[in-house]
Amino acid sequence: MKRPGTLTVYAWELRKLRAQKRTYLGLGIVTAVPLIFVISLGLRAGGPDDVAFGRYVHQSGLAIPLVILIFASAFLLPLATALVAGDIVAAEDHNGTLKTILTRSLDRGQVFAGKLLAALTYALVALLLMGTVATVAGSLESGFNGLVSLSGTHISAPKALELVYASFGIYLLPMLAIASIGVLLSTTTRNSAGAVVGTVMVVLMLNLLNIVPGLGGLHDYLLPNEFDAWMGFLRTPIDWSPIVRAAWVSAVYAVPCAFAAYVVFLRRDVTGG
Amino acid sequence: MRAAPPAPDGNPPPVRARGLVKRYGVIVAVDHVDLNVATGDVYGYLGPNGAGKTTSLRMLLGLIRPDEGDVELFGRDPLIDGAKALDGVAGFVEAPRFYPYMTGRRNLDLLAAFDGSGATDRIDESLRVVDLDQRAGDKVGGYSHGMRQRLGIAAALLRAPRLLLLDEPATGLDPAGLRDMRSLIRRLAGEGITVMLSSHQLAEVEELCNRVAIIRKGRVAYEGDLAELKRSAAAEYRLRTTDDARAAAISRAQPGIFDVRPGDHELRLRAEESAIAMLSIALGEAGVGLKLLANEQATLEDVFFRLTEGDTAVEQAVA
Repeated sequence: MKRPGTLTVYAWELRKLRAQKRTYLGLGIVTAVPLIFVISLGLRAGGPDDVAFGRYVHQSGLAIPLVILIFASAFLLPLATALVAGDIVAAEDHNGTLKTILTRSLDRGQVFAGKLLAALTYALVALLLMGTVATVAGSLESGFNGLVSLSGTHISAPKALELVYASFGIYLLPMLAIASIGVLLSTTTRNSAGAVVGTVMVVLMLNLLNIVPGLGGLHDYLLPNEFDAWMGFLRTPIDWSPIVRAAWVSAVYAVPCAFAAYVVFLRRDVTGG
Repeated sequence: MRAAPPAPDGNPPPVRARGLVKRYGVIVAVDHVDLNVATGDVYGYLGPNGAGKTTSLRMLLGLIRPDEGDVELFGRDPLIDGAKALDGVAGFVEAPRFYPYMTGRRNLDLLAAFDGSGATDRIDESLRVVDLDQRAGDKVGGYSHGMRQRLGIAAALLRAPRLLLLDEPATGLDPAGLRDMRSLIRRLAGEGITVMLSSHQLAEVEELCNRVAIIRKGRVAYEGDLAELKRSAAAEYRLRTTDDARAAAISRAQPGIFDVRPGDHELRLRAEESAIAMLSIALGEAGVGLKLLANEQATLEDVFFRLTEGDTAVEQAVA
């Protein structure tokens, strides 16, 4: 007997996401924000000089995705990630479709893995979409020009483009951790709205703790502290220490949350619907 | 309690549940339930709402974990063997649920992909069987309750099941839908599919099933052949005639008449309802005058209500 596997679930989770309006809410937001930012730049001469790369937004379109990443990292992208991650199990439980798919030829672990992969993929797509829209719109507005690194050296446009996407790749790490938190809440609360809001609340709380003074070494282990680890790529030479740190701190959040969600999903009673 | 007869081929039975218990806090939803469904059965799981039928079926399908006891479907435990335990098994608990933003066919595409093993090739046939092929392109969000029930059957048929577990399949259907659903179940059973269906409607179970389990407050009050239950449920009658001795002999010779015994200047007997008319004819033909023939006791429906509402005497009679 030919049995389906995790990839089958993953492919259908993506198809389901494509068929739901909620999916486009998050993607719409991450598309609109860079467009609004670029339009506002076109309407006035100044820029956000107080943030990294802010002073170069009129010289190079490649500075724009980095500035937007700084603005969107604390709340916007976590929100978009939470919209799907918090919903992906709880909505099925609430609607009763979880029992429908759990009585087919798939083990629970395969269903969970497919859902987790889909939630992580959505976080990736949201990030790439925002970055690409910002890069294209920014380049149209301010030109596809080189950047000045945080160390003051000039980076050619092709190399800067490479580093912009590498930066998004590093920012993805804490996003994956947030997606795992969302999936955990989605699995345990069985309430879609509660899981989405809960995920956002966790991020806000971590953001708050990150700016509270006097917490000593705790700051080094807070997820929002890793939101700007990508800046290591924009130094000359590349500073790998924040990047490596972002990888393991994100893993410290992501792996236990994903594992806990997996265990809960395997053992839970499916009573919804 | 009576165990299902062993399968003639020696294979494990479609359903074998032993000592199932499920508690929610202090409430015992299912209390040491044993179930035995044999190959070819159309097995009715009968009980009032809230008796524990759906909880039992969820445990059979591995959707919830029993606090005690174990389940085997064709010899496999869903909690140990995972999805493999559901090979050849299909059905639904409570109302079948689908993705409302997708069409009926798209829902079946998804479920067939999750079934593997050529299920996709059975989509068209399954839709035809439940008469939904003309509406398969519509979004499920616009389906009526009856259409969703039928789509639930179609989704089950994708798995080419040997065992169908259906939870209240007729609930919410109009008379025509009810007729179609019963006809469909009868047809599937005729094709050799073992069916276990839960219901709170005695007439439905009586019409479709050969074996039943009656559950009350989480406990099985009766499990066995429906015919035997009917026999045990035969109503008691008082009979007064012009010649009770001959009447007793005639009664004993009639099919469907049981337990003929003398009463206080009368006879008492138990009889199936259909046998009473034949008895009166036989008495007339034998020249025995009828003074009184009065129903004294329960119909099958009464027995069901007594079993499900707790009549110890009846429970003992059918045990």
